[in-house]
Amino acid sequence: VENVRLLDRLSSRKATLGTLYLTATHVIFVENGSEGRKETWVLHSQISSIEKQATTATGCPLLIRCKNFQVIQLVIPQERDCHDVYISLIRLARPVKYEELYCFSFNPKLDKEEREQGWKLVDLTEEYNRMGVPNNYWQISDVNRDYGVCDSYPTEVYVPKSATAHIIVGSSKFRSRRRFPALSYYCKDNNASICRSSQPLSGFSARCLEDEQMLQAIRKANPGSDFLYVVDTRPKLNAMANRAAGKGYENEDNYSNIKFQFIGIENIHVMRNSLQKMLEVCELKSPSMSDFLWGLENSGWLKHIKAIMDAGIFIAKAVAEEGVSVLVHCSDGWDRTAQVCSVASLLLDPYYRTMKGFMVLIEKDWVSFGHKFNHRYGNLDGDPKEISPVIDQFIECVWQLMEQFPCAFEFNERFLIHIQHHIYSCQFGNFLCNSQKERRELKIQERTYSLWAHLWKNRADYLNPLYRPDHSQTQGTLHPQMAPCNFLYKFWSGMYNRFEKGLHPRQSVTDYLMAVKEETQQLEEELEVLRERLANLQKSQLNDNKAKSKRQDRSKELGLSTANNSLANTPQEYSNDLKSFPSRSPSQGDEEDSALILTQDNLKSSDPDLSANSDQESGVEDLSCRSPSGGGCLPSEDSGKDSDEAVFLAV
Amino acid sequence: MLRSSQPLTGPNRKRCREDEMLLGTVLDEGERGFIIDTRSAQAAKQARMTGGGTEPKSSYPQWKRLHWPLERGRPLQESFIKLVEACNDASINMDRWLSRLESSRWLSHVKAALSTACLAAQCMDREEASVLVHGAEGTDTTLLVTALAQVILDPSCRTLGGFQGLLEREWIEAGHPFHLRCARSAYSHARLKQEAPLFLLFLDCVWQLSRQFPFSLEFSERLLLTLFDNAYASAYGTFLCNNEKERRESTHSLWAWLNQPGEKTKYLNPLYSHNALVIWPSVEPQSIQLWQGLFFRWIRSPQYLDEAWAEIQRLLEGN
Repeated sequence: VENVRLLDRLSSRKATLGTLYLTATHVIFVENGSEGRKETWVLHSQISSIEKQATTATGCPLLIRCKNFQVIQLVIPQERDCHDVYISLIRLARPVKYEELYCFSFNPKLDKEEREQGWKLVDLTEEYNRMGVPNNYWQISDVNRDYGVCDSYPTEVYVPKSATAHIIVGSSKFRSRRRFPALSYYCKDNNASICRSSQPLSGFSARCLEDEQMLQAIRKANPGSDFLYVVDTRPKLNAMANRAAGKGYENEDNYSNIKFQFIGIENIHVMRNSLQKMLEVCELKSPSMSDFLWGLENSGWLKHIKAIMDAGIFIAKAVAEEGVSVLVHCSDGWDRTAQVCSVASLLLDPYYRTMKGFMVLIEKDWVSFGHKFNHRYGNLDGDPKEISPVIDQFIECVWQLMEQFPCAFEFNERFLIHIQHHIYSCQFGNFLCNSQKERRELKIQERTYSLWAHLWKNRADYLNPLYRPDHSQTQGTLHPQMAPCNFLYKFWSGMYNRFEKGLHPRQSVTDYLMAVKEETQQLEEELEVLRERLANLQKSQLNDNKAKSKRQDRSKELGLSTANNSLANTPQEYSNDLKSFPSRSPSQGDEEDSALILTQDNLKSSDPDLSANSDQESGVEDLSCRSPSGGGCLPSEDSGKDSDEAVFLAV
Repeated sequence: MLRSSQPLTGPNRKRCREDEMLLGTVLDEGERGFIIDTRSAQAAKQARMTGGGTEPKSSYPQWKRLHWPLERGRPLQESFIKLVEACNDASINMDRWLSRLESSRWLSHVKAALSTACLAAQCMDREEASVLVHGAEGTDTTLLVTALAQVILDPSCRTLGGFQGLLEREWIEAGHPFHLRCARSAYSHARLKQEAPLFLLFLDCVWQLSRQFPFSLEFSERLLLTLFDNAYASAYGTFLCNNEKERRESTHSLWAWLNQPGEKTKYLNPLYSHNALVIWPSVEPQSIQLWQGLFFRWIRSPQYLDEAWAEIQRLLEGN
């Protein structure tokens, strides 16, 4: 569709004219203009909602909201075209079969062996070995080898030595979705462990010998402690309500030597609404400080992030300081349990703060343990009530920690943002389906590519220049301040306002420091070479001169000269509507602005966007706008769930 | 850019030929200028009752008046006190923290100050017009705007030496009454009438700029904290008294001490690289943050952030 306008969210006066294309996998807006036509690519998988707004004199507005928080406002001149685009996008953004997803057509031009190697990059058996299991206290069980015991668990689980197959099976029958207690993290320094499960089907008075034996086995696998913490991450009220449905929580009287604890993280419906409210605040036009702070508090988002973090801190403390094992569960053991176990692991073990370790962590606690990626992130069209930003919250917890401990993580903010992006993009096969079983049935590893290999290949972009493995901050357990520390939780504008370049510092300190680090390294290597030469040869005047000129060129290449750091930026609209600026539009000089966005220096700090050109190789099939076969209205976003109802939806 | 205090128009709309001529000399024939009045239109009008007022359009035809009200005086001090109380209150949980922060209104004042300074800068840089800034007395919000605008516009004000010069000109020589404004700070029970944290607000705004433009200021947060300390209690005479007339020469200058080679390095920003351009900050709420280094200075350990800066220093020195 031609003559479409793309509006700038912050400055309503700025609009670019261009052409809109719809392909099998992307929506593409190409700016008119001869030089350096800017393209905006959006994957259909990223589209969260499409809103057709009332036609005005200038055309028919269409608002596309994405799961990676990009918001695109288009104005299409003809109402009929707008309607066609709207209907098509609805169909394209709601795939019904896995095969429709981008990962099945994405082609990074790698051969079969490279694809396989990519999938092998993260090996969980290796990880458990690194932790120190199997050993005298823990063993691998293959009781679930055909997914016969629990279809959402992996084929290989780690259980206490004294947990026989009989105990495991018995316990699984007493747990929601058969998700029996299994090992998530083992601390070899003191034998304390973090295990995870789902809620017991205890109702008001039911008991299960095997489940009680299972917990005892976990306790015994830690000879240094005479009791076990059982942490229920739900609010007490929700857990109690579950008893009426025949589920519930562990009674301290029935299970020997356990200390039971509620932590109180809200459920997926509350979290979905919380994010919704926060995004509404982000969409406010020219909000005052009041609007923003009230809106943010009203959404409750940071409160929830803190709740997850506090739970992780509690568990990490129990393991590291008290040497006590912990069994964690929520309702089904695949949302809050995953969040809390992975935060705790991150705090405890510096390995998970490395790039590779982080990938392993997500693979272990999220992918292998059956977090329902498809339901939660809408790979396929499904029940809107299952959608919830569960992993987004975990990723944000990591960012909050990175802000508090700038030297402790090997990776940077961009790494987190790209991972979040790809959880929703379905460009790689790692986060498809709801369980390991489903992924194997679909032969994901033979038909798609691994995100981890892709990120690993580009790891230079994701490094934190302040990270040093020998630094005090990177070693051992992280100890975030517990209280008072409300102020430590900041609004993550890098994620939720990711695409609003005007809000972020123009100059990336991370990128600059990485460039400095690289240059220093190169200079040091060069110095070594020169030293060697000097030692071998007689002093040669010629060689010295050659080396000097090489050094100068290199610093220019890396853009460390002053000129490149003086990036022009343009003023935003400081006057609001009431005080309209008298004359010339202050947004002149924008040509400067957009030109700079595309320069080499800026390309790294802005997103080398992921739905962008480099990845599209075979994605562009036809450029015509398809009309749908079916189509219909978008299911209305679930916004009004009241809290009473939410309590009983024990998902 | 010019600054002054309010014209004494009074209820009878007095005129002053000399004042009109003075402002007239600033503009060429046909040129236009802006007057940024840091009081609301209503407050400015009410000022006439007590002998003050605004420049009437008829008498100053080439000047367009804009009202961008900034908080000052008692309300600003209350805002500061409320913020400090909120920061020190260990009992607030996450449910209430943001609304407590909001009810102090401090961040709104930061946003307003930055916006007004940007407006002044915009008039000069984009509209290429002259600007006159005044409030009532010309000693508080006026200086906040003119000083901040210069940091935004002028790269020489962003060097360590240039910033000191800016403070000397726009705050000290311009007669900001430090003795009255920075008497007791936020913990005191004595609610002094003349006390108001304008200078702190200025430092906070500069900190916001340093966060948004990490390479563009030659000095570090540490300088800003030191200036804050010395404005309230100092071994040096730099911030003493209320104006030049009152100040004696028999004290030592803070600048002399800061600029000693050994001391100076502590106040430098290792990331600094001369930026010849104007720096336009974002004043969206997401871009304005609470100055943790100041408000949580004694509450939270700076260890991890200090370590990060040490690492940055190490990386840059190694190069």
